[in-house]
Amino acid sequence: MNRRAFLATTAAGAAAMALPAVVRGQSRDPIKIGFPLPLTGPFGAIANDMQRGATLAMEQLNAKGGVLGRKVEVLFRDDQLKPAVGAQRTKELIENEKVQFVVGGLAAHVQMAINEQTKAAKVLYISVSQSDEISAKPDTSPLTFHEALNPTITGRAVASWAVQNLGKKFWIVYADYAWGKQNNAVFSEVVKKMGGTVLGSTPYPLGNPEFSAHMPRIQAAKPEVLVPVTPGADNVAFLKQAISFGLKNNVRIVQPLHWIFYAKEGGGDLFSDVYGGTNYYWELEDTIPEAKRFNEAFRKRFNTEIDSYGAYGYSGIMEVARGIELAKSTSSDAVANALRANPVYNHYKGKQWWRTCDNKSFQDMWIIKGRPGGKTRGEWGYFEVVAKIPANEELDRTCAEKGHV
Amino acid sequence: MDISASALVAQVFTGLVLGGIFVLLAVGLSLIFGLMTVVNFAHGSLYMLGAYFGFFLLGLSGSFWVALAFAPLMVGVFGVIVERTLIRPLYGRSPDDPLLLTFGLSAVLVELVRLIWGKVGLQFDPPRALAGAVDLGFMHFPVYRLFVIAVTVVVLIGLWLFLERTNVGLVIRAGSRDPLMVRALGIDLGRIWRLVFGIGAALAGLAGILAGPMRGVYAEMGVTIIIESFVVVVVGGMGSLLGAIVAGILIGEVVSLTTFFAPKLAEIMVFVFMAAILLVRPSGLFGEAGLLE
Repeated sequence: MNRRAFLATTAAGAAAMALPAVVRGQSRDPIKIGFPLPLTGPFGAIANDMQRGATLAMEQLNAKGGVLGRKVEVLFRDDQLKPAVGAQRTKELIENEKVQFVVGGLAAHVQMAINEQTKAAKVLYISVSQSDEISAKPDTSPLTFHEALNPTITGRAVASWAVQNLGKKFWIVYADYAWGKQNNAVFSEVVKKMGGTVLGSTPYPLGNPEFSAHMPRIQAAKPEVLVPVTPGADNVAFLKQAISFGLKNNVRIVQPLHWIFYAKEGGGDLFSDVYGGTNYYWELEDTIPEAKRFNEAFRKRFNTEIDSYGAYGYSGIMEVARGIELAKSTSSDAVANALRANPVYNHYKGKQWWRTCDNKSFQDMWIIKGRPGGKTRGEWGYFEVVAKIPANEELDRTCAEKGHV
Repeated sequence: MDISASALVAQVFTGLVLGGIFVLLAVGLSLIFGLMTVVNFAHGSLYMLGAYFGFFLLGLSGSFWVALAFAPLMVGVFGVIVERTLIRPLYGRSPDDPLLLTFGLSAVLVELVRLIWGKVGLQFDPPRALAGAVDLGFMHFPVYRLFVIAVTVVVLIGLWLFLERTNVGLVIRAGSRDPLMVRALGIDLGRIWRLVFGIGAALAGLAGILAGPMRGVYAEMGVTIIIESFVVVVVGGMGSLLGAIVAGILIGEVVSLTTFFAPKLAEIMVFVFMAAILLVRPSGLFGEAGLLE
């Protein structure tokens, strides 16, 4: 080494050491997390919320100096709510963008397609929407984590609460795809087991907002409880039509999940007295300090309220970051092992934990109910919290039932 | 299952009204295809625009009736502008060209609406006088759906009178049969086609604002109806107004009765029905052969 090269090297080294750790870290390659989600299509409003939640997590991590001193970069891609597109975007993220982790997916069938890609590439994937199969064999893998609730947990919690509190005679209308069918199966099973009856259950094609042909049979059957498993914009169409056929007058309505965006689209009158489950609703801040902090950070950044799937997106990114810091590595295997070895976490609403056999997250959930029209709290306060269902591994199928021995 | 006579009557009646709604959704598409042989893939987006313009006018005027009267008009004017600036240069070329153009246009319109009005859909309720259900004896039925059918019937009669009983209607029909001859008679067919496209767009917009209180208003609301509308137009015979009416009602009954007896098959039965009709009558129930050649 000649004198000039020696001076240049030492000068650069000295300069680097003089910089604060934050800046030095960020001058290295960022940690890249791929995030496919259906930004266009009927779940656009939920996907938008999820993107904001994940963005908030990324910005908070980077404001604290990144992870292992490296900046975190989340790359969002539109999967158009189509499995083939979800698979393609994930493949591109892994092969072209060299992402080290994947979080995302907002539909049962799309996340399965994403998971096939991450499994093949041996990349850690945290799924942030509902599915039973994602944490069960043969689909799952040691690198597949499931942050969201699933139809079994939601269905068992909401159905048993409904049988105890709303009525015994049920009618179910469900979207004819993975998530809808799983919900129908779980609701039917729980209602029967608890001494209720399912008078009928009718499928409809997901995304088709026409339900009138279902109504005459429901009217004639006279159920006490009507269960619409009608995700996205279908939910508003279903409630509009059920109510216009006079069903709300003598039937209680309960659905697996509520989203504030569809309550706003349908309006307070439409959603009043409609019950539903949720993993998060912003008014929980009245009783949960973590939720208050979380909401305030989100409001400051986006000037609106965060909803349930935004919270999943936030928590998913935060868990990848926690795993990297625990493992002190960006190897997917090391991060997965670190998360299983330190399963308890709390990012926004209280304690959650990973069950180590199936990488399934367990968390509290709540039953919420639409406030009467005109009694909305602020712009987004369409619901009131009715009951808490504490986190409980028995609400899910056992590890053995899911094929893990 | 309860297969009493009254249950069946309720189901058939529901299917009839649903069929009427299918006719309303498809009539604008049928008109533009039949008279201009333009396959208008932007039909669903024009339908969506009708609902969004309706929401805008409702906010401005506070009256559903004002919105109902003027939103289709606004979509009609928009249609005229689209025809003049985008479709017109494609006349005389293969029918695929306007098809591709309108397909692209529909994607642009959906994104534009999401940019302007946001990704969350809009609250759009039926006027108070039309909310709720009426007891028909065999079932409780929504008043609003009956109102939609009444509007549809009035619109169809108006359209028929316009095409069959006015001079402009005569020119439109002549222009669709033999454009060269009509031009030779010194008639400006460009203006006629602009008018037809505008009317077709206005009908799509009318369907949109009428559907809003039943199905919700959101940027992607036109995506499913484009398929329903095409099935109606194809079964009825491309370009036949009477065909669209008969096909719409038949398909309403197919959906309703399949939902009653075998709900899992309701979606596929529509296409099975379409395939069966096309096997027997390749041009549809009332279609003229060779329109696309």
